[in-house]
Amino acid sequence: MAFLELVNVRKSFGASVAVENFNLAVERGEFVSFLGPSGCGKTTTLRMVAGFEKPTAGRIVIDGVDVTDTPPNRRNIGMVFQSYALFPNMTVADNIGFGLKIARRPADEIRARVEELLRIIHMSEFGRRYPYQLSGGQQQRVALARALAIQPKLLLLDEPLSALDAKIRASLRQEIREIQRQLGITTIYVTHDQEEAMALSDRIVVMSRGRIEQIGTPFEVYNFPATRFVASFVGTLNLLQATVVDAAIGLVSVEGQSIRVARPLTQHRSGDAVSLALRPELIALDGQINSEVNRLSGTVEDVTFLGSIVRVRVRLSANKLHFDLFNNPQLRPPQPGSLITVQFAPEACLVLGEDASPAHPMSASAAQAA
Amino acid sequence: MLKRFWPWFWFTVGAMYFLVPLYATFDFSLRARRGELSFAAYANVLNDIKFVESFWFSFQTALATIVISALVIVPTAYWVQLRLPRLRPVIEFFTLLPFVVPAVVLVFSLARTYSRTPLTDSREGLWVLLIGSYVILSFPYMYRAVDTGLRSINIHDLTEAAQSLGAGWFTILARVIFPNVYTALLSGAFITFAIVMGEFTIAALLAQPAFGPYMNRLASSRVYEPSALAIISFALTWAAIAAIQWIGQGAQARVAGPR
Ligand SMILES: Nc1ncnc2c1ncn2[C@@H]1O[C@H](COP(=O)(O)OP(=O)(O)OP(=O)(O)O)[C@@H](O)[C@H]1O
Ligand SMILES: [Mg+2]
Repeated sequence: MAFLELVNVRKSFGASVAVENFNLAVERGEFVSFLGPSGCGKTTTLRMVAGFEKPTAGRIVIDGVDVTDTPPNRRNIGMVFQSYALFPNMTVADNIGFGLKIARRPADEIRARVEELLRIIHMSEFGRRYPYQLSGGQQQRVALARALAIQPKLLLLDEPLSALDAKIRASLRQEIREIQRQLGITTIYVTHDQEEAMALSDRIVVMSRGRIEQIGTPFEVYNFPATRFVASFVGTLNLLQATVVDAAIGLVSVEGQSIRVARPLTQHRSGDAVSLALRPELIALDGQINSEVNRLSGTVEDVTFLGSIVRVRVRLSANKLHFDLFNNPQLRPPQPGSLITVQFAPEACLVLGEDASPAHPMSASAAQAA
Repeated sequence: MLKRFWPWFWFTVGAMYFLVPLYATFDFSLRARRGELSFAAYANVLNDIKFVESFWFSFQTALATIVISALVIVPTAYWVQLRLPRLRPVIEFFTLLPFVVPAVVLVFSLARTYSRTPLTDSREGLWVLLIGSYVILSFPYMYRAVDTGLRSINIHDLTEAAQSLGAGWFTILARVIFPNVYTALLSGAFITFAIVMGEFTIAALLAQPAFGPYMNRLASSRVYEPSALAIISFALTWAAIAAIQWIGQGAQARVAGPR
């Protein structure tokens, strides 16, 4: 049995459904992210785990105990908020020790534990400061320490880094991950930033409109998206309008140019309109891959220099296509207006149905990998 | 130059409006003995045991009022903001009632409602009724001060943070909410204090030995002493407020900061 289980969890506010049909099993020590656009129900789900919202239906089980009806202050769960939510009237040390004080631990033990946590977050000299005397990043580290002080069963973080600037965000997220590994604490991390979710998680739960779209490792979610939504939400993606030419051998056509995909299109028939999804980094200039490849020709519309990467936009006739080149001072980048041919392997192609239904050649292998 | 002139001009006019009567009262209070300036009237007032008793009585009443209304209003305002935000307009309407309902009406309805209960047939009971009335009078000031104070902190997240750390409602109120609205509470308390110290109607109708009725009685029977008393009560009220502020300073300094 998994350490944390959400079984058929559903939450509605009046007539509107915020979360539906939510099933998730998290192993002890695992780091799981909830990823999805604004309003998709990430916070609501997290708050149900914490006990701040009561599920309309379904069960939540932590460490074998059904906590669905347990109030939040008896769940022993550490929570970190986007707003830090440090108690303004208490010092850093008192904030961290708050939970232990409530639990009536002896003063010596509290002091020792607070010192230990201050060391873990690299803020030993800050114990006597007040929250308003700290930077945002420091406040959030204190909030993390405060949540960890009670040795919670679960650590829940709701967009903890959203209020911080980019540099601190990257370093603090690494710090969070290291502390999590060090303590082996089971963690759920809510974010709408896919890069953050990829960098941190053992597994990602991709959500959309109150439903789970896919659960998988960052590798699986990125490379083998289970639905059209996941494919377009995670990472950047080219979506080309295409028509199935021969479903049995996996042949489609993009504006008259034939494209071979790696597997037969079992869920489509010849003549169906589909979308061909291509990651920009899997497309190369023609001539750089020698095996049997797909080719598409078009006109260079725009070239964006992004430092280590040069992003090129190509216009076919109705479709547009981005791809990335590594920066190379010896090589002139493609010029806008010039004709260009790009190539990509059949394995790089995902075929997505017109509706939201999962329909691409890799879904079988994704299921195996999961 | 002219730009600096007008603000100062109006400031001076405003200051005179307050200070001239105060000075005139003070000046008058020194003329108890013909042909010389003296503190004789002050000595008379301070030597009157009734003065000390009534001042002390009102002082205690004011403190009790502040404590009780804080205990009632902070949890109420907190709960309304946290869970019943739609009730807020209703409560705001209630806060206006003490301005609309005259004190005479208030005290008679209270006396009628509680007649033939221990509240009206004993000295202590009437005192409780008096405090109850003052709590109602102070409601607008206290509620609005606390409500504003609560809005300046993120009570929602603070509550949930405390809950996740194991705190129950009592602990949250005592350790998180009260300390953080302390400053706001103090400002409401000052106004309450000043109101209670000078209140006449309710105290008189409930036949309480309060400071307001004492001042009134003195004013109708003496010439110089009422002025001396006015100056003394002015000074004492300010001193009491300063004392409350000073006592509160410790807690205040801790939550101060750029928020
Ligand atoms: N207390 C509430 N009452 C009514 N509707 C709510 C309540 N809380 C959330 N909702 C609704 O539930 C849906 C999911 O909200 P939720 O806060 O979980 O989204 P989210 O994924 O966390 O979004 P974000 O990234 O913007 O934080 C939204 O449509 C929201 O309007
Ligand atoms: Mg959210």
